[in-house]
Amino acid sequence: MISIIDYNAGNLTSVKRAMDYLGKESVITDDYSEIINSEKIIFPGVGAAGRAIADLKKRKLDQAIIEAFQNNKPILGICLGTQIIMEMSEENDTECIGIIKGRVKRFICDLDKPEGIRLKVPHMGWNTVRLKRNHPVFQGVDRDDEFYFVHSYYPVPDDPDTILGETEYITRFASVLATGSLVAMQFHPEKSGEPGLKILANFSEWDGKDYVE
Amino acid sequence: MLSKRIIPCLDVRDGRLTKGIKFKGNVDIGDPVETAAQYYREGADEIVFYDITASSERRDIMIETVRRVAEKIFIPFSVGGGIRTVEDMRQVLLAGAEKVSVNSAAVRNPGIISEGAEAFGKQCIVLGMDVKKAPASDRIPSGYEIVIDGGRTFTGLDALEWARRGETLGAGEICLNSIDADGTKDGYEINLNKLISSNVNIPVIASGGAGTPEHLYEVLADDNADAALIASMTHYGTYTIKDIKTYLHNRGIKVRMNW
Repeated sequence: MISIIDYNAGNLTSVKRAMDYLGKESVITDDYSEIINSEKIIFPGVGAAGRAIADLKKRKLDQAIIEAFQNNKPILGICLGTQIIMEMSEENDTECIGIIKGRVKRFICDLDKPEGIRLKVPHMGWNTVRLKRNHPVFQGVDRDDEFYFVHSYYPVPDDPDTILGETEYITRFASVLATGSLVAMQFHPEKSGEPGLKILANFSEWDGKDYVE
Repeated sequence: MLSKRIIPCLDVRDGRLTKGIKFKGNVDIGDPVETAAQYYREGADEIVFYDITASSERRDIMIETVRRVAEKIFIPFSVGGGIRTVEDMRQVLLAGAEKVSVNSAAVRNPGIISEGAEAFGKQCIVLGMDVKKAPASDRIPSGYEIVIDGGRTFTGLDALEWARRGETLGAGEICLNSIDADGTKDGYEINLNKLISSNVNIPVIASGGAGTPEHLYEVLADDNADAALIASMTHYGTYTIKDIKTYLHNRGIKVRMNW
């Protein structure tokens, strides 16, 4: 069973629907022991970091995520879920879970491109991801595949080895993080068509080991 | 680099698909769920549903339609038309839509934008703007006026001012429909899109007037818009999404070619 962590942060049903479509059993839950005892964890989220962390802590779900990570349980972070595994977010100056060392920064708006055209924030729409190495969860993903992003903040990990994939928007940013049994992406695989569904299907089969045979 | 989005718009009434020409003379062209699923398979980047169902008791049909669509397509889709309250928004989002758009209701009650953004996040809230050319005046300095109720009611609001206000209130995106261009198939209104797009920091979806792939090129080149809404040019099989994207790709516009 795959637990989809419920912390009032939105887009839970779309992740669940994608898992249902793939025929993968999953449950939306905010129950600490159910999460700890599930085989895998999906940590989704749309919303603001401050409130998300507060909701997680209230139910000790931050502890559940940390414990699952220490026990090498496969964890998939999505969007806000990817940001709040960092140490600190500029959004509401929020102290986060801290599984990956580093901060979450905001795209600087009103930045002028050389030709004088403003880039908009949020980064909303389809963009590519350049993978720095292979990963079981990204098996079969083509380098030209695009994924659906919608975010104003992005993670900046201290250790470049935790960056699995990068995307260009305003700056080159870490769009996929991976360390141990954790893989976390800034885009929404549940809203990224077939390539996104492939990632969710791969994750459902993943044993949490960061290698490609 | 971010791709420009190609977004088919499906007008839905009483759970069936229609396409209005200048908001008049709608013809029924089929099942919205099947059509959405087909557009998903054919490479649409997003889908917009516009509910023109008049009676409120029939709204449940739309919610059910949204639910069925959400089981079949795994790209973002938005729902607009008749959304007047945060509770209306909640129902549509819970049924599986990614975004809701507000138009007339936002003009009558701008607070719905900020309340919606607060409750669900800015990225969920699309401000739909129906715009008509007007003689430039003190009241309408941009020469574009906001109209509501499907183009029937003039509001006296300046389009540029309203766009900026919408952004300030918390809209995450603007869907900019030119009433003058809508249904003409003569092309988007470039000046309007350029004006709004260069003066707000949120994405702008161009709407109204698309008849050929070149029209999409004109509005997407030079960042006049971030996305383009299409309807009749693909609804009636004149072009496929792939035809349009291939054309744009060959002319150097970045679009999503893998799906």
